[in-house]
Amino acid sequence: MAEPTVKYDRQLRIWGDQGQAALEKSSICLLNCGPTGSETLKNLVLGGVGSITVVDGSKVEVGDLGNNFMVDEASLGQSKAKCVCSFLQELNDAVKAKFVEEYPETLIETNPSFFSQFTLVVATQLVENSMIKLDRICREANVMLVFARSYGLTGFVRISLKEHTVIESKPDHFLDDLRLNNPWPELKRFAEDFDLNVQDPVAHKHIPYVVILVKMADEWAKSHGGRLPSTREEKKEFKELLKAGMVAPDEDNYKEAIDASFKVFAPKGISSDLQQILNDSSAEVDSSSSDFWVLVAALKEFIANEGGGEVPLEGSIPDMTSSTEQYVNLQNIYQAKAEADFLVMERLVRSTLKKIGSDPNRIPRATIKSFCKNARKLKVCRYRQIEDEFNSPNIPELQKFLTDEDYSLAVGIYILVRAVDRFVANYNSFPGQFDSAMDEDIPRLKSTAISLLNDLGCNGATLAEDLINEMCRFGAAELHAVAALVGGIASQEVIKLITRQFVPMSGTFIFNGIDHKSQLLSL
Amino acid sequence: MAETEASRSRDLDKLLLRRGNLVGPRFEPGTELRDDLQTYARVLVVGAGGLGCELLKDLALSGFRNLDVIDMDRIEVTNLNRQFLFRLEDVGKPKAEVAAKRVMERISGANIVPHFCRIEDKEIDFYNDFNIIALGLDSLEARSYINNVACSFLEYDSDDNPREETIKPMVDGGTEGFKGHARVILPGITPCFECTIWLFPPQVKFPLCTLAETPRTAAHCIEYAHLIKWNEVHGGTAFDPDNPKHMKWVYDEAVKRAELFGIPGVTYSLTQGVVKNIIPAIASTNAIISAACALETLKIATECSKTMSNYLTYNGSEGLHTKVAEFERDKDCLVCGPGVLIELDPSITLQKFMDLLEEHPKLRLSKASVTHQGKNLYMQAPPVLEEMTRPNLSLPVFDLMGKLSKDVVHVNGMTSKNDQKVSCLRKLRLVFKGVDGVTDMDTAGGA
Ligand SMILES: [Zn+2]
Repeated sequence: MAEPTVKYDRQLRIWGDQGQAALEKSSICLLNCGPTGSETLKNLVLGGVGSITVVDGSKVEVGDLGNNFMVDEASLGQSKAKCVCSFLQELNDAVKAKFVEEYPETLIETNPSFFSQFTLVVATQLVENSMIKLDRICREANVMLVFARSYGLTGFVRISLKEHTVIESKPDHFLDDLRLNNPWPELKRFAEDFDLNVQDPVAHKHIPYVVILVKMADEWAKSHGGRLPSTREEKKEFKELLKAGMVAPDEDNYKEAIDASFKVFAPKGISSDLQQILNDSSAEVDSSSSDFWVLVAALKEFIANEGGGEVPLEGSIPDMTSSTEQYVNLQNIYQAKAEADFLVMERLVRSTLKKIGSDPNRIPRATIKSFCKNARKLKVCRYRQIEDEFNSPNIPELQKFLTDEDYSLAVGIYILVRAVDRFVANYNSFPGQFDSAMDEDIPRLKSTAISLLNDLGCNGATLAEDLINEMCRFGAAELHAVAALVGGIASQEVIKLITRQFVPMSGTFIFNGIDHKSQLLSL
Repeated sequence: MAETEASRSRDLDKLLLRRGNLVGPRFEPGTELRDDLQTYARVLVVGAGGLGCELLKDLALSGFRNLDVIDMDRIEVTNLNRQFLFRLEDVGKPKAEVAAKRVMERISGANIVPHFCRIEDKEIDFYNDFNIIALGLDSLEARSYINNVACSFLEYDSDDNPREETIKPMVDGGTEGFKGHARVILPGITPCFECTIWLFPPQVKFPLCTLAETPRTAAHCIEYAHLIKWNEVHGGTAFDPDNPKHMKWVYDEAVKRAELFGIPGVTYSLTQGVVKNIIPAIASTNAIISAACALETLKIATECSKTMSNYLTYNGSEGLHTKVAEFERDKDCLVCGPGVLIELDPSITLQKFMDLLEEHPKLRLSKASVTHQGKNLYMQAPPVLEEMTRPNLSLPVFDLMGKLSKDVVHVNGMTSKNDQKVSCLRKLRLVFKGVDGVTDMDTAGGA
C-alpha cells in the first residue's frame, strides 16, 4: 500500500487533509452502472472515498463492451454491478467496494430505507418518475443526491438536497481583507511610525504600500471633512498625490499603492451576498439549528456590535514590496486583530449556544476560527425539490430561455429529455430506439414535447425541428465520451458536496455535446 | 463476427449509421463510415498522464482502433490518484507502455502502439502519419513543439488559402485543479497554439534581490534555498528535484531561513510545490477535459455532429461555468500563417533583397537578419556572426537557398509601429520567377 499522503499529494493541494478525511469517511451509492455511473464512480474511487455500493440489476451484454471500460469480454452474461465493482476495487484498495444486484427502480419502490445508510447517492440514467420518488426518499433521510444522465450527445447533472452551506468556498479571486478604507487604531498607530518623506532612498522604497495608503487616506480625510475619495475626480486626484510621493521611478511600493488605491475607495461594511445570509430566516436560531447557522447568528451580533459594521478580520496580507522586518511586523498587526476578533466571536458563539439550550462547546474552536477567516465568503446553496421543478418550473425563466438564442439548444435538450421519459411511459420504448420506428417516432416525440410545454404553461412555445430529429437519432444511446464527461462533472460536484469546500453548481447543468454551448438552467 | 461487432457498437451506431440534422457538411452515415474509422483512422495521443490515460480509453471506446501514444515519463506514486490505468506495482515503468497494454487488455480490437521517448526524438514525418493528433500535455514547450510540427505540414495555395489535404487537426486539453480547457486546432482555419500564445501568461518569478535581501513569504525562503544557497554550498552538483535528499536539504535550509526572519508557513509539501512548480490535479477534471477532446476527435474524423468552435473553458471551483469562445487566427502568425509572398528574380542578391524588405509596403523592415531552414544567411549581430555571414550579401538569394524554386525564410528586424521602432520576426514565402518548370523537369528526370 502506498503512503496515502504521497498517493493523494496532487489533490491534497486542493482540498487539504480535512477535505480528504471527509472523503474517506463518506459512503457513496451508485444507481445504474452503465458508463455514466461507472465513470462517475471511477473518479471518486481514485480520489479515495470511504466506501462505494454499486446498484444495478442488469447483466453485461455485448453492447456494454462498446461503451463501458469497467466491463470486458469475460464479464458477458454476469451481473454488471459485480463486474464494475470488482474493476473499481482494482483502482484503489483503500476503498470498500460492494454491489447489490437489483434494479434501482425496484429498490426505490420496495425498500426506501435502503438509501438512508449513505452519505450521498449518485443516481444515473433514471427516468423522471423514479427521480421524483428517489428525491423524496433522500430528502426525508437527509441523504445528498446527485442525478446524472447521458442521452446521445446530450445530458444533464442536477444536485438535489435541501440546503448545503459552505464555509471554505475558496473563490479564485477575492479581494484581500486589508481594511484600508476603515483602519483600526493599531494599524493607524503602526502607520504613524513611518515617515513618507524619509531621506534615505532605500528606506523610502521599502515602505509597505499598506502604510502608504493608510497615511495618505488619513491625510485626505483630514482635509475633506473625514471623507475618503469617492468621485471620479477625487480618485484621480488621490492617485496623482500618490504619484507625486514617489522620489524615484523604480519605486515598486508606490506602484503597488497606486494599483491598490481602489481598496481605499471601496465601500465600508459587508457585501450584499453576506447581508442576504444574515437576513435568512435560518439565522434566527434554536436548538435544532446547524453549527453553520449558529455561527451566522453570532456573526450577526459581531457585525452589529464589536465589529462596528465589519466582519472579523481575515488576518492575512498579500506579499508586497517591503523590508522583511516591516513586513513581518505588519503581518503581526493583522494577525493580532484577527485573533482579537476571533476571541470575541468565540464568546458570542458560546453564548448563542447557551441561549438556545445547546452545549456551549458544541462547535470546536478550529471551526470558529475557519468561519472567522472565511466570513466574507460564506455560501448557502438550496435546491428545489425535483417534483416541484418538474410540475411547476419557474415559467418566466423558462420563457426567457426558450426565446434566448444562447439557451435555445440547452433548454430544448432539457424539455426533450423530459419528453423522452413521457414517451417511454406511453410507447414502452425510447424514441428512435429501433431503426424501424424512426419515421413515426419523430412526430410522436414532437407532439409529446409540445404537450409537455403546454402542461408547464408555455403554450405556443416551439422547439427546433433539427433538435427533435437529433434526439430521435440518439435513440437513448449512452456514448462513452459523453458519459465520461457527464460522469466527470457529477463526480466533481460530489467531491465539493462531501468536502464542503468550493461551491457546488446551482440549477440543472445541461450538457450540450453538439456545439458545447452547455448551460445551467435554474427552473 | 459482423453481427457481434455490430452489437458491440450498439450505442455508437446510432450516431454513425443514422442521418442527422446537426452534423458536418460531409457526414455520410453508414457501416462504411464506422468500418473506415476502425480500419483507417489513426490518432496519436501525446502524453500518457492524467489526460492521456483518459484519452486512450475514450478514443478506444469511440470507434477508433489504431492509436499511438508517446510519453517519456515513468509512473510515479503521485500519479495514482488520477491516472487510472496505472497500479502501485507499475511504479517505475514507462507510462506509454503500461497505458497501451491496459487499454488493449480491456478493449478487444484496440491496437495501441506505445512510444517511450521524447517527442523531439521522433522524425517529423512520424507525426505526418496520423490523421489527428490529441494533446494531453502539461507543458507549454511541448505544446508549442507539436504545434510547430503539425503546422509545418500545412501548405497554402497561390491565393493564400490552406490546402485542405495538408491540414493536420489537433485537439488539445489542459487542466489545473478544478479548471481546464479543450480546444480544436485546424491549422490554417482555426487559431494555432502560437496565434493565442497570450492565453498562457509567462510564469512569475521572484526577483533574486527579494530572495537574497528581503524575503517575506515562505516561498521566498524556499526559493532562496533552492536557487541561491544550493549553489553556494554544492557548487558543482546540479540540483535534482527528483532526488529526495536534495529536496530535504532545500526544505531544511528554507526552515532555517524562515526562522531567522520570523516567517511562518514553510512545509515540506510547500517546498516540493514551489521547487517543482507542481500543478494540483484531480481525476474528475481530467475526465471532463479528455472526454471533450475525444468527442471532438470523433467529430473531426466523421463529421457526425457540429464541432466545437473553437476553445472551451471549464471552471468548476465556484459553481460550474463552461464557455465556448471563438478565437480568431493571427493572420500574421509565423507558425500557421502563409507568410508574406514575395516573388524574386533568381539573380537578386541578398543585399538587394534586404533593400527590398525596407521598401516593401507590408513589411518596412530594416536591419534584417535572414534565416533559411535554420541556417543563418545574414545576421546583424553578434559581430562574429555578422562577419561570417557578410560575404553572403553579394550572393544571389536563390543560390543561398539551395536553388529551390520556392521556400520559406524567416526575417528578424526592426519596423515601425505607432511611430515607434519595434523588433519583429516575419515569415516570408519566396518564389523565384521562371524556375518552377526547371525544377519539375529535374524531378521528373530523376524519377
Ligand atoms: Zn498560428
